[in-house]
Amino acid sequence: MDYIIETNDISKKYGDFTAVDSVNLKVPRNSVYGVLGPNGAGKTTLISMLCTILHPSSGSAKVNGYDVMKNSKEVRKSIGVVFQSRALDDILTGREHLEMHAALYGVPTELRKQRINDVLDLIALGDKADEFTKTYSGGMKRRLEIGRGLVHHPKVLFLDEPTLGLDPQTRENIWEYIQDLNKKEDITVLMSTHYMEEADKLCDEIAIIDRGQIIKADSPRNLKRELKADIITMKVDDQDKFIKEAENLDFIKNIVTVNSEIKMMVERGENLVATLVNFANKNNITVNSIELEHPNLEDVFINYTGKRISEGVR
Amino acid sequence: MAEWEGIYTIWFREAKRYVRYRSRIVSSVVTPLLWLLIFGTGLGSALRFSTVPGGYQAFIFPGIIGQTILFTAIFSGVSVIMDRQYGFLKEIMVAPVSRPSIVFGKALGIATASIIQGVILLLLSFVVGVQMTPIIFIACFLLMIPISVGLAGVGLLIAIFTDSMEGFNLIMSFIVLPMFLLSGALFPVTGLPSFLQAAVYLDPLTYGVDALREVILGTGALPLYLSTSVVVIFALVTITLSAVLFSKREQNLM
Repeated sequence: MDYIIETNDISKKYGDFTAVDSVNLKVPRNSVYGVLGPNGAGKTTLISMLCTILHPSSGSAKVNGYDVMKNSKEVRKSIGVVFQSRALDDILTGREHLEMHAALYGVPTELRKQRINDVLDLIALGDKADEFTKTYSGGMKRRLEIGRGLVHHPKVLFLDEPTLGLDPQTRENIWEYIQDLNKKEDITVLMSTHYMEEADKLCDEIAIIDRGQIIKADSPRNLKRELKADIITMKVDDQDKFIKEAENLDFIKNIVTVNSEIKMMVERGENLVATLVNFANKNNITVNSIELEHPNLEDVFINYTGKRISEGVR
Repeated sequence: MAEWEGIYTIWFREAKRYVRYRSRIVSSVVTPLLWLLIFGTGLGSALRFSTVPGGYQAFIFPGIIGQTILFTAIFSGVSVIMDRQYGFLKEIMVAPVSRPSIVFGKALGIATASIIQGVILLLLSFVVGVQMTPIIFIACFLLMIPISVGLAGVGLLIAIFTDSMEGFNLIMSFIVLPMFLLSGALFPVTGLPSFLQAAVYLDPLTYGVDALREVILGTGALPLYLSTSVVVIFALVTITLSAVLFSKREQNLM
């Protein structure tokens, strides 16, 4: 496997407090990788070390094959960063931000205009591109920052909580945008988030981080599968008969009725829907509806950390 | 080569910001005019000041140029603190540009703003009846370069060691005002009580003001070569120091 980011026991300590604790991260090339954790878990600290602006207390990290401490300049050339807090100058226009960025990253002069126009098309600022950024909406500012991170064609794009504080509509737009980008360009995206839905929808792989440590890393699908707890909800005409018969089925771990619905806890529910319908038919029970629910990442998070992600770090 | 481009880019942004904050330009031209016209005329009428043709107003003219450069440079240097608060500094820090280049770019940008201020004042010299020739103008312009760069270095040094704009009042009372008052901008530096004399000669701005006064009025207290050398050395020292400290303290700046 080809990893574009690899860390080796990277840690950051502030006095007695360990913000990032011996993290070993492996991010496959051209993936969208999510670092998921509550506020204060160490996500921003980890990203700051990977993008060279914060020195690790111990351990090391390589980004695009370069050591973040020894070859920080090479690392900086390989990455684009969108910080959690805004990093715009309100008295420059959107286009000027891109021009400045292109110059700082040494994009050849003859390519600059084209690159900047490409990015402006992509982030769809329209006429606003030539207005001061202080007139921009939150979503436009974020799009500009993401676009700016792309002007120099980085190999890795770091997004620290890219949709924090944005409305749901804008958030969906940014998600779509990140997915498109990952498909079209030769780029790896490493993003941090504390939104379950965001991690689930966007990321190929997720590392769950809590109190500075990575607790589990895998694809969202596998993480959820490991819980072994899909829920199948059925409505049938003869509830009592169904429950009586179904209790003999050994793949059902638990069966309960909630209102007039039967809820069954099973593993790999997608394979069992048809089986259950056939089973009902065989016993002359009519199935009115059947529904399969996968556990969400919130359940995964609770399973591994014993708390909800919104509770934050205590 | 890439470093030059970095310096240029950071300078260019600084210059753009300066030009776009019109209110700042207006106030920084009006303030020295108030000093010259009200303070200069007021105190000038009470004093018998025969050493300089044009009187007290003409005498403080080079001092007020020094003051304008001082205020512009320090306030612009402090803008680094604002960059930090608004997060823009991170965008610059994560770019593949060396730390010293960032400092040089900033310092040149700040110096440019200060020099523009100074040039505006030179053009207004007729207000206080000071004779301005092309030679004097060019000599003043050249002198303003090291003065501005040196004071920009002071502004950056302050910014490197200050976390928030809250320390701003302290900077005003403990650095900017003493530097201005001790510089001999408002009074002759000769024949002072010895404790004050010593303090005056410890103030780097004294040498800048004295050099400007020598060039404009021909009445400097020190030889021009001496004051100019001090100003140039001062500029080199503050810029080098801020470049070194900025690199060293970059972790604290985040």
